[in-house]
Amino acid sequence: MINLKSFMARQDILALLILAAVIFVAMPLSMDIFRLNLFGKYLTYAFVAIGLVLCWGKGGILSLGQGVFFGLGGYCMAMYLKLESSTPEATAIQSTPGIPDFMDWNQITALPWFWEPFNSLTFTLIAIFVVPALFAFIIGAAMFKRRVGGVYFAIITQAIAAILTILIIGQQGYTGGVNGITDLRTLKGWDIRSDEAKYILYYVNGALLIGVLILCQFVLQSKLGRLLVALRDKEDRVRFSGYDVANFKIFVFCFAAVLSAIGGAMFTLQVGFMSPSFVGIVPSIEMVIFCAVGGRLSIFGAVYGTLLVNWAKTTFSETFPELWLFGLGALFIAVVLVFPNGLSGLYRSYLAPHVDRWIFRKPPEEPSTGPEPLGTPAYDPEAVTRPAE
Amino acid sequence: MRRLKDLIENRLSRRSVLSGTAAAAMLVTAGAIAPVHADDVNTTGLAVTEDTVKVGILHSVTGTMAISETGSVQAEKLAIEQINAMGGVLGRKIEYIQEDGGSDWPTFAEKAKKLLVSDKVAAVFGCWTSASRKAVLPVFEQYNGMLYYPTFYEGLEQSPNVIYTGQEATQQILAGIDWVAKEKGAKSFYLLGSDYIWPRTSNKIARKHIEKLGMKVVGEEYYPLGHTQFNSVINKIKLKKPDVIYAIVVGGSNVAFYKQLKAAGIDMTKEKPVLLTISVTEDEIRGIGGENIEGAYAAMKYFQSLDNENNKDFVSAFKERWGDDIVIGDVTQAAYLGPWLWKAAVEKAGSFDIDKVRLASPGIELTTAPEGYVRVHENHHLWSKTRIGLAKPDGQYELVYETADLMEPDPFPEGYQ
Repeated sequence: MINLKSFMARQDILALLILAAVIFVAMPLSMDIFRLNLFGKYLTYAFVAIGLVLCWGKGGILSLGQGVFFGLGGYCMAMYLKLESSTPEATAIQSTPGIPDFMDWNQITALPWFWEPFNSLTFTLIAIFVVPALFAFIIGAAMFKRRVGGVYFAIITQAIAAILTILIIGQQGYTGGVNGITDLRTLKGWDIRSDEAKYILYYVNGALLIGVLILCQFVLQSKLGRLLVALRDKEDRVRFSGYDVANFKIFVFCFAAVLSAIGGAMFTLQVGFMSPSFVGIVPSIEMVIFCAVGGRLSIFGAVYGTLLVNWAKTTFSETFPELWLFGLGALFIAVVLVFPNGLSGLYRSYLAPHVDRWIFRKPPEEPSTGPEPLGTPAYDPEAVTRPAE
Repeated sequence: MRRLKDLIENRLSRRSVLSGTAAAAMLVTAGAIAPVHADDVNTTGLAVTEDTVKVGILHSVTGTMAISETGSVQAEKLAIEQINAMGGVLGRKIEYIQEDGGSDWPTFAEKAKKLLVSDKVAAVFGCWTSASRKAVLPVFEQYNGMLYYPTFYEGLEQSPNVIYTGQEATQQILAGIDWVAKEKGAKSFYLLGSDYIWPRTSNKIARKHIEKLGMKVVGEEYYPLGHTQFNSVINKIKLKKPDVIYAIVVGGSNVAFYKQLKAAGIDMTKEKPVLLTISVTEDEIRGIGGENIEGAYAAMKYFQSLDNENNKDFVSAFKERWGDDIVIGDVTQAAYLGPWLWKAAVEKAGSFDIDKVRLASPGIELTTAPEGYVRVHENHHLWSKTRIGLAKPDGQYELVYETADLMEPDPFPEGYQ
């Protein structure tokens, strides 16, 4: 805990505890497994939104292509699971037994070379981290070293999302095309479709999310985090101070990519399939909206934003199957007009002062933590009157 | 009366305590008024009460597929309303829960799960694209649901949890190619399609069949969904001069394809080349414009213009319910069959239990189908006739040929894979 306090303000610890309580206690107790599994699916998008907070909210790099990394992570996982479920016995009806069904439909008679390594779980787990990181590194290095930024970078990420979608759909013999990779059954012989497995995966997912949040908090509180904010606000000054701006940008972009990929892999495990409809432009922009609704400066806000938007999507569409998109549109307009800083902005303006007074200031038993960390807005009495972060 | 008899037998076997003719007579009167107790016809906890049964409708009513799937939703609702007006299924009114797949395959899976797990529906009528079907298939197999799938599709699938009310690829393709070879003296074909599983598999079967008949394929090309620039392929077609352009272009791309074909001077009303499609129904012609596709031929099992009593009743009921300016395509008619086939299977089984409905399904016949007569095959597809229609400027097809016999569905065609 001592260690934790060095980089987490008391407010952040509180936020983390509340979120943990919601994920691990409140939701499993209040929902049946079907709803919980849906909730787990929403949480996988939260990984992407958290990555966007770092990348866009803090670092000022707007990526409209996070779906690419979500997809890469998801596809790596899906390839492993698909190979495991495509045993020669299970696919005996095909002209070439032992290869995934969609390959057989596309007249492919042998497993392509780049599928081979995905027979190994170890390789797959490493690939989930390395493939998106490497891809992000290539994009980042190509762009940031040339000082391409801002809108141009956003457009390029969008183009990459479009290209990858077209590639996946076009090469359907190797990727499953527009259908995606479906009908995933087991992980090392463990049936991921059973209710028990869904509970376990949900908790694993929740634990990963909490872990990622702590890691992000650590990054943000470090010198690196402050540099990110600095280069968002005055990139030139950071450069003139002797920092290599591009390297920081590349790092945060890769970091966000890896987070997205973790989300994608957990998505595949919990939902049981992966398709190009998570890779393209529309889902990528949707992920930015999750982040914006939550408030792009707060990693906790991003999680709640993701949950709110997805919950609204599900509920509206179940209640008004033909009109639900209008409801969702109204929600986004309301966010922009009424609370432009998202949920975390609302929290900062209306709730945080009370929380400060009642939980952190008033009770005498709450001990002081010594020197307060610098640059933590939660501790700044002026925070309310400043433009909310 | 058969229903009643089934019910009585069902009851008597379960309630052996009741004996004698008095009890049977009592049951006859009771059966006519009150339905059989919910527990008897539903042993697996489906959403069946004393007087209602819940089913699901799962199509896209938003997004790019909405334009195609809306007709299916309307057809399924119409069928359900008609069944309810006739007294429902096993004396129970059908209540539907509609969910929106949003043209998004994962959403389909999510909603399918919701319908099966939370709503416990006795059957689901839905899906349109192969991708959405592939996405929901594991859900239906895991939770043992029953899906009635209306679209003509590529085959290579036979799930115990799906009844395929549209044609599978061989039914649509073989008869069409035989016809064009015989009637139009075709020797060479140019195959083209949108780039996904259905057109690719269909063209694979078409190519095998064309070559088997000693004709040849002079070109085969695919374009991404939503593609709108067909000039290069049209130039190639003009160069190669095939007798038949075999087109499996889907969705919005059709509009561009047929307009550009016409603009390039390929006149389909002339003797050659013949344009034969398996993907353009009356619904698509609305977007393409009748004058742009005039003279093309389509091979499918249903056209709105079919001249029979069943179809006349169906078309007028459909227009009365959903408006006069509506058109009815092949898939819409297949969607309409879903609730009726399910009703027949449930009544044959005397139960809503999925397993019993599945066992009862093969052999179910519909003599009242708008397309004529259909029968469920052991492989869960329908025996149906294949018809060739000639596109007219008013957006309707004129029937020019129909197979004499019902075509046997063959989702895993030997020698075509």
